[in-house]
Amino acid sequence: MGKVDVYPTIAWSAGAGCHGGCGQKLFVEDGKMIKIEGDENHPFNQGRSCPRVLALTQYMYHEDRITQPMKRVGERGSGKFEPISWDDAFDFCETRMKDIKEEYGPESIVFAQGTGRDIGGPISFLAYSYGSPNWVQLGLSGQSCYTPRLGAMKAVQGDFGVSDCSQFLETRYDDPEWEVPEVIIVWGQHPPNGCPDAFFGHWIVDCMKLGTKIISMDPRNTWMTSRSEHHLKLRPGTDGAMALGMLNVILSEGLEDKEFCAKWVHGLDELRERAAEYPVERVAQITGVPAEEITEAARFFANAKRASIHWGVPIDMCPDGTSVAHAIICLWSITGNIDIPGGQVIARPSHEVSSYPYSTEALIDLYGEELVKTLTEKRIGADEYKMVKNFRGWAQPDMVIDQIMTGEPYPIKGAWIQTANVLGGQAARTNFHYEALKKLEFVAVVDLFHNPTTMALADIVLPSSTFPEKDSFRSWWAPLSIIKKRVQVGDCKTDWEINFELAKRFNPEGTQRWGSPMEYFNERLAPSGKTFKDMEDAGGWLMPEDGPAKPYNRHERGLLRPDGKPGFNTPSGKIEVYCSAYEDWDLDPLPFYTEPPQSPISTPELHEKYPLIMITGARSQLYFHSELRGIPWLREKEPDPTVEVHPDTAADYDVYDGEWIYLKNDLGKVKRKVTITRRVKPSEIQTLHGWWMPEQEGAEPNLFGVWDYQVNQLVPGPQESKSGFGGGQYKTTLVTLEKMEKEGAAANG
Amino acid sequence: MAKYGILIDYDFCTGCHTCEVACQQEHNYPVGLNGIKVTEYEYQLANGKVKIDYMPFLTDLCDLCMSRQAEGERPSCVKHCQTACMKFGLTTDLTAEAATRPRAALHTHVPK
Repeated sequence: MGKVDVYPTIAWSAGAGCHGGCGQKLFVEDGKMIKIEGDENHPFNQGRSCPRVLALTQYMYHEDRITQPMKRVGERGSGKFEPISWDDAFDFCETRMKDIKEEYGPESIVFAQGTGRDIGGPISFLAYSYGSPNWVQLGLSGQSCYTPRLGAMKAVQGDFGVSDCSQFLETRYDDPEWEVPEVIIVWGQHPPNGCPDAFFGHWIVDCMKLGTKIISMDPRNTWMTSRSEHHLKLRPGTDGAMALGMLNVILSEGLEDKEFCAKWVHGLDELRERAAEYPVERVAQITGVPAEEITEAARFFANAKRASIHWGVPIDMCPDGTSVAHAIICLWSITGNIDIPGGQVIARPSHEVSSYPYSTEALIDLYGEELVKTLTEKRIGADEYKMVKNFRGWAQPDMVIDQIMTGEPYPIKGAWIQTANVLGGQAARTNFHYEALKKLEFVAVVDLFHNPTTMALADIVLPSSTFPEKDSFRSWWAPLSIIKKRVQVGDCKTDWEINFELAKRFNPEGTQRWGSPMEYFNERLAPSGKTFKDMEDAGGWLMPEDGPAKPYNRHERGLLRPDGKPGFNTPSGKIEVYCSAYEDWDLDPLPFYTEPPQSPISTPELHEKYPLIMITGARSQLYFHSELRGIPWLREKEPDPTVEVHPDTAADYDVYDGEWIYLKNDLGKVKRKVTITRRVKPSEIQTLHGWWMPEQEGAEPNLFGVWDYQVNQLVPGPQESKSGFGGGQYKTTLVTLEKMEKEGAAANG
Repeated sequence: MAKYGILIDYDFCTGCHTCEVACQQEHNYPVGLNGIKVTEYEYQLANGKVKIDYMPFLTDLCDLCMSRQAEGERPSCVKHCQTACMKFGLTTDLTAEAATRPRAALHTHVPK
């Protein structure tokens, strides 16, 4: 046995499967990580950890891990791959991609990412160096994950906002500036199940211990709802009506923060008028929540001195998700909770560091004028949706897959897929995605394990790294952090190393000033005044000092606007509850409600045929989307894809606890094991997405059982909102339960 | 006599499985061997509301992380608990502390 060294680092997938940010300690012996523990000295998690991180040794050294570049040698889908060298792998990609560029133009390759891991920087670096504007979260209908909420916040208040759980302060709950929130609305999420968007889920529980009261907005019963002061069990997809109803209660009873509104809110009268269209009785009818419960919760929230809203992905997945987000932003705004201790604090990248450039000047400098022109003119969806054109640089996912199928207005011939198991994970109308992607001439997949996507589509698979195996950095809110490589597994390379090498081949001129990814990191870190090495010497992380990235009251202190004047970073300098950006983008400048496209109300006939509202897409503590089903310590605790069914519903359908059944609608059927529980209402069922079976045959037609278990096959599309963002029907699709023939039920059971 | 134990403030156990995997990693237990297991309780209240609680339970495989104690570290499950609802200590101390909590359970434990 050799000496064991202990190194601090920051977790960010791959490995843990999450949005990362917590401090971890790596125990390394003879070049191998033998254990991982939470870092007591890190303010993010304070020594705590999660099952996914603690199972990391099983992930890193798993026998199925891909540790060399693999080139397909059989037919697509045959599962026949052979190892090749990195040089040959890079040459192969370079040749195929240059051929496509020459014949069809660089826009003919799409660059597809999923979520988690430090992917935005390296994938945009490669896409833009190659010359393609089509960087996309392929499969995620309406890009319905945080982007709609982010876009709404940028438009309405000029900045992003999060629940203040002291996360921007080094001494956390002990910092005298911080105050315990009186109330947090937890809207469409069960925070203990994961760490969404740079937010440690259990911070909410920490606040509860300190006295914070919870209002739960959730159709289901969870640990947290059963401890909340008010639990509004709204019908899935009706969140917009609920927010407008609460606004109406607050504004009609005069519970808004009048002083704050007079000074900092633009368009309050128009909002009041719009909200008046949603009297609480009407909202009760839409949401299924009794009127008095809505009124009481609205008062409870508005009367709190310090309150915030912690929200989840169901908001994005409402029809017109950007409008629902708008309504919810109005709730925390008109009650004067912005950027106060224990309120909704403004969240900015730490030390003003970004992992990739997005100003026009920086883009021209790096990639040339042609790329910037192409981002406006050729990016899929930018023409159709002004919000897509003006917020973030992504292509619109529903339109991308349609264009792959039709070839209009120009053909798509290749896909670079990195951190995305499109077919086993996020793709609504999965079968359509499968058919369309099969038409491509070239598909490269960068991943750590084979999965349904690598098997069905990849011409080449490039093996990526977990966080103990990589150098990277992170500025997503706070603190500014570096991730430092401590071990090597096989021939795996990091996403940055892979993309940097290929980017150099496609854009030698623009990238010539950096000889290595590290030199690029140092340039990105420059606004902090620190280099990667400085950060390492400082312990790996730094909290923001007083300035634009640190709370509180930055609007009063002139820290938010480029002109240095007090106010918010919007055209009026105020929070625009009447939103001029939405107006510019041909969208309703005031929030409104849209009924889900499939529902008992909008499609009564379909509802008669498929009477159950299926909720998918929740987080498990053990898995991250379609990852980690092959990790023994995790799979042991959640071995089967289950569906939660209320006892009354189970009786109606004559199904027993543990019975294997089908979930079915016109798009197909998938297998699930029944869990009878009062977590769900009789009218709804809940099941996790992302299920495939790594232990099964990977080659076609089986593809690890993806067609048996991938629930997003039942989710229709395209369903994007009027803004282009939001609207994926992952929470509101109608289905029924169907019993299996006896043999089938037994075989699966 | 049980000198040591683990006090569980179970009102704050969210059932996140962290303690279970922490234990398996610490002892390198294969699947099927667990020093601690968490059970879920779902029940209705008289007013129709549904309550969900969790309770971690120490099995015969729990050795209270003796080797960690030797190095001044807490048991791995206690250290990593995401809500810090577990406390390791002398049973005499923990008994007094339990009396101050509205919903807690004290597992006394003598490693086998």
